[in-house]
Amino acid sequence: MLEIFQYPFMQKALVAAVLISVACGVVGSYVVIKRIVSLSGAISHAAFGGVGMGYFLGVNPVLAAIPFSIVSAMAIGGVRQVAKISEDTAIGILWSVGMAIGVIFINLTPGYAPDLFSYLFGSILTVSNSDLLIMLVLDVIIVVVVYIFRREFLAVSFDEEFSSVTGVHALAIYLLLLALVALSVVVLIKAVGVILLIALFTIPAAIAKQYSYNIRNLMILATMLGIILTTTGLVLSYIFDLASGATIVMVLASAFAISYYLNG
Amino acid sequence: MSVKAVKIRNVDLKYDEQLVLDDICLDIDEKDFMAIIGPNGGGKSTLLKLILGILKPDSGDVKVFGRDPVKSRKLMGYLPQHINFDPDFPINVFDTVLTGRYHGLFKGYTDKDREAVLKVLDDMEIKDLKDRQISKLSGGQMQRVFIARAIVREPKILIMDEPMASIDPEMQSSFYNLMARLNKKMAIILVSHDVGAVSTNVDKIACLNRKLYYHGDVENSAHGLEEIYHCPIELISHGIPHRILKDH
Ligand SMILES: Nc1ncnc2c1ncn2[C@@H]1O[C@H](COP(=O)(O)OP(=O)(O)OP(=O)(O)O)[C@@H](O)[C@H]1O
Ligand SMILES: [Mg+2]
Repeated sequence: MLEIFQYPFMQKALVAAVLISVACGVVGSYVVIKRIVSLSGAISHAAFGGVGMGYFLGVNPVLAAIPFSIVSAMAIGGVRQVAKISEDTAIGILWSVGMAIGVIFINLTPGYAPDLFSYLFGSILTVSNSDLLIMLVLDVIIVVVVYIFRREFLAVSFDEEFSSVTGVHALAIYLLLLALVALSVVVLIKAVGVILLIALFTIPAAIAKQYSYNIRNLMILATMLGIILTTTGLVLSYIFDLASGATIVMVLASAFAISYYLNG
Repeated sequence: MSVKAVKIRNVDLKYDEQLVLDDICLDIDEKDFMAIIGPNGGGKSTLLKLILGILKPDSGDVKVFGRDPVKSRKLMGYLPQHINFDPDFPINVFDTVLTGRYHGLFKGYTDKDREAVLKVLDDMEIKDLKDRQISKLSGGQMQRVFIARAIVREPKILIMDEPMASIDPEMQSSFYNLMARLNKKMAIILVSHDVGAVSTNVDKIACLNRKLYYHGDVENSAHGLEEIYHCPIELISHGIPHRILKDH
């Protein structure tokens, strides 16, 4: 069975699985404990606007997704401060507007958008070397930022009001956290697609949370689980010739169900 | 003369259009031990949040040690009335209390911080729970953790919103002993509904129900109590030791 990893595309997919698992394990842990799952869903869908713009401008859609996801993250996170619009409403608006922008850009782009489907539903088997490089750089940024601001992220996630009394700049830290979510979305976009990637943010961390009482262990365990489960999904999708993103999500969901049953 | 710990001048505060605090003036000295009492919805928590700089007054002025409350935050310890957190948040008791020692960006916690945490956990009699996940505590134990988190800072002003909620009588008396000890080094402001316990333990009382009806020494507070609770003083004084109602 292991011989399938002799193929270069499989090796790349394996590297991609590790890289996405790091982003999901680290940032996904905050997404789950801070309960910003739907907010993260909005950021991921909004990022599709960037993918469309990438096609239109002829740049790597993964790179073009970075400004889109960051701007939408800041918009959702900051909206309470500047306008009487609830975060929930902002999530609903950006979720679909980002997608709509993406679709319109693709309409405007002459010719056919070859691997559009992979940005929607993911295609871990077609990640390129440059995609991997982008993912690696973003992973490094994510891990370094989390390491530097780990005390603030923990304090703000646990009790925002108290943290601000102790001198944490809670809003700035919250926006920084959302920026990391946005970068993680970009890490995942090619491999799992904007529609499915939220499962990777939530499921490994949600499983790991049942077993660890400490955020560092939670991140490590979630990353490990992510690697094991995405690789399993990858292999299954290859064997049964199924869409990789969807197979990975189903493997994750099954693991969650089993773990919940065993713990319950 | 030294600067006041808290100086509140003619403060109004509205939520939407409802006036919740009406022309409040209040001074708190550096070594005061003050209880704020008053009915539900009287604005007690709101007043504390003004002092902490979490809320801003619509008019009037709040100063803490002569500065804007936000600038004086490092000097304040806070126990909120309610804490919204994920019930199975991955954090243990020790780390929760440690967040009370936060120093600022890029500054880690030191051994001194860890010692301070162990010390307050001991004071609150929850040292044996230090590795327990926060959700696996009883309501009273959890309250002790959050009291510990407020005092571990060694603040100049300790602000506590109903610290005795779900605390057993035994802890209650050791809590007031601890407060008396801490009061040598800091001003303490607490909200309580237990007029009896408060009147035997604190020096000053503020009676708040939208307006500040009384503030000053405990001895003279009976009139203020009557006015804000709108009920005969006999009811309120039931069970209150004589300190509050001195013979004339
Ligand atoms: N976030 C808010 N938005 C709107 N109104 C509020 C808000 N918080 C408090 N209020 C209102 O302000 C008033 C004062 O509330 P506050 O929480 O300060 O009362 P309290 O004296 O602490 O009461 P309790 O004893 O019940 O804790 C109440 O009438 C309450 O309904
Ligand atoms: Mg209150």
